[in-house]
Amino acid sequence: MSGSSTSTIIAGVGMHPWGKWGRPFVQYGVHAARAALADAGIPWTDVDLVVGGETVRNGYAGYVAGSTFAQALGWNGARIATSYAACATGAQAIDTARARILAGMSEVALVVGADTTPKGFLAPNAGERWEDPDWLRFRLLGMTNPAYFAMYARRRMDLYGATQEDFAQVKVKNSRHGLTNPYARYRKEVGVEDVMSSAVVSDPLHLLDICATSDGAAAVVLVSEAYAQRLGLADPVRVAAVSTVTPTFPNTVLDMPMLSTDAGTPGDRTFKQSIGAAAYEEAGIGPEDVDVAEVYDLSTALELDWMEDLGLCKEGEAESLLRAGETTLGGRIPVNPSGGLACFGEAVPAQALAQVCELTWQLRGQAEGRQVEGARVGITANQGLFGHGSSVIVTR
Amino acid sequence: MTATPAIEGWFTVGDAPTLLGERCTGCATTYFPPTAAAAGFCRNPGCDSETFEQVPLSRRGTVWSYTDAQYQPPPPYQAPEPFVPFALAAVELPEGMVVVGQVAQGYGTGDLRVGQEVELVVEPEHASEQLIYRWKPVIELGEEADQ
Repeated sequence: MSGSSTSTIIAGVGMHPWGKWGRPFVQYGVHAARAALADAGIPWTDVDLVVGGETVRNGYAGYVAGSTFAQALGWNGARIATSYAACATGAQAIDTARARILAGMSEVALVVGADTTPKGFLAPNAGERWEDPDWLRFRLLGMTNPAYFAMYARRRMDLYGATQEDFAQVKVKNSRHGLTNPYARYRKEVGVEDVMSSAVVSDPLHLLDICATSDGAAAVVLVSEAYAQRLGLADPVRVAAVSTVTPTFPNTVLDMPMLSTDAGTPGDRTFKQSIGAAAYEEAGIGPEDVDVAEVYDLSTALELDWMEDLGLCKEGEAESLLRAGETTLGGRIPVNPSGGLACFGEAVPAQALAQVCELTWQLRGQAEGRQVEGARVGITANQGLFGHGSSVIVTR
Repeated sequence: MTATPAIEGWFTVGDAPTLLGERCTGCATTYFPPTAAAAGFCRNPGCDSETFEQVPLSRRGTVWSYTDAQYQPPPPYQAPEPFVPFALAAVELPEGMVVVGQVAQGYGTGDLRVGQEVELVVEPEHASEQLIYRWKPVIELGEEADQ
């Protein structure tokens, strides 16, 4: 895999359980940070860089999340940075930490994301903003996030013959995966009929096809090769690639929250395909090397899209893998062994970090009750609004 | 009183309404919504032109995908009381872009399929007299009996 000079090492990971706890996001973040430091066996005083994932729903403390976490843990003089890339925030924060470590400017970086979320549809910020597409899509069209997910889902049905039962099966699978995950918010088995009898939000998606919003936090401690050696870390999990690519013009696939696409002839890869491709290229591996994937199932059908975008199967074939049980624990390529967003709900600045936490546990063989046997290579994928790619490959 | 568009400069009204795009005078890239001229730059990475001309877009396109809103969207969507579900379609135009719009009154997801032809119409908003562009299924001769 990736050589020691170009990889950073995941020394520790930690999370605060996802839920609807209603407490300040800082408390969750500190909990996750302390858990990650304890997991690594590294004192807070050794941390020389804190990268916080910004939350946009929690006032000024959220805008300067790196500083907020550093102060809460007790000022120790560390450098700080704050990243915001919507759902891709965690990957961008890891990228920032990793770059400083690889440049020799940091030895121990603590990356933290935490959120406290409101109920219901994620709505735009208040005020009249006639030039903001995120405001206009609600004002002019009533186009919610689930409406975008539903459009992607409908294409799978009309083009590839997917059914609503297929989408429900993704939920069934993920609900089983997350049953014993202590950090998951929903730990209950869900049947196809539960999904199918839940209310339709946006045709063809039911309420149980769409992920909730949650409170939660996740943290990752990244260290340099030299520090890991001093710490005596044997056979650690490494970050082999971080892809935070943006689209290329013209971006001809409809992206949330836009009302339209660019005009023109599409390139060889869609934006989502390019996210994984950049990660594979950097890690020097291909989809055939992947043992386990954590992908952003904002909706059940989106999990199927991501499988194809990551090259885990050909376009239009995700449903056949699902039906054959290949993406279930014990199958050829388990997808979302954590239970995914179906079991967690989304805590925006923490979610991409949570994906990395899960893969770290998987590669260490510590994912009790949901272990992908012998996993050595894992990939994450998600996409943040306004052109933020996010894919992390970890290896051991 | 004549009804006014819900947003200025995005579409024409009348018998054969069109969306109004902007075409870059440097590289001929067409944009919708027409916000490029006001922004003052072309988004083509190989073009540094700053001038645009208004162009009507094709009135017909094919459905890229579609859905509906069965739950009331949050503000700033202006919902009628009681809320009435409505359909949405993303439509691929011959210009090579996809444009999202609501679907014309009286049509739902059952009337749509990916690849189907639709045409631009202008109708009052759900909860106001102001006008908004919408996509209406084009019914070919001979298919009318099925509708």
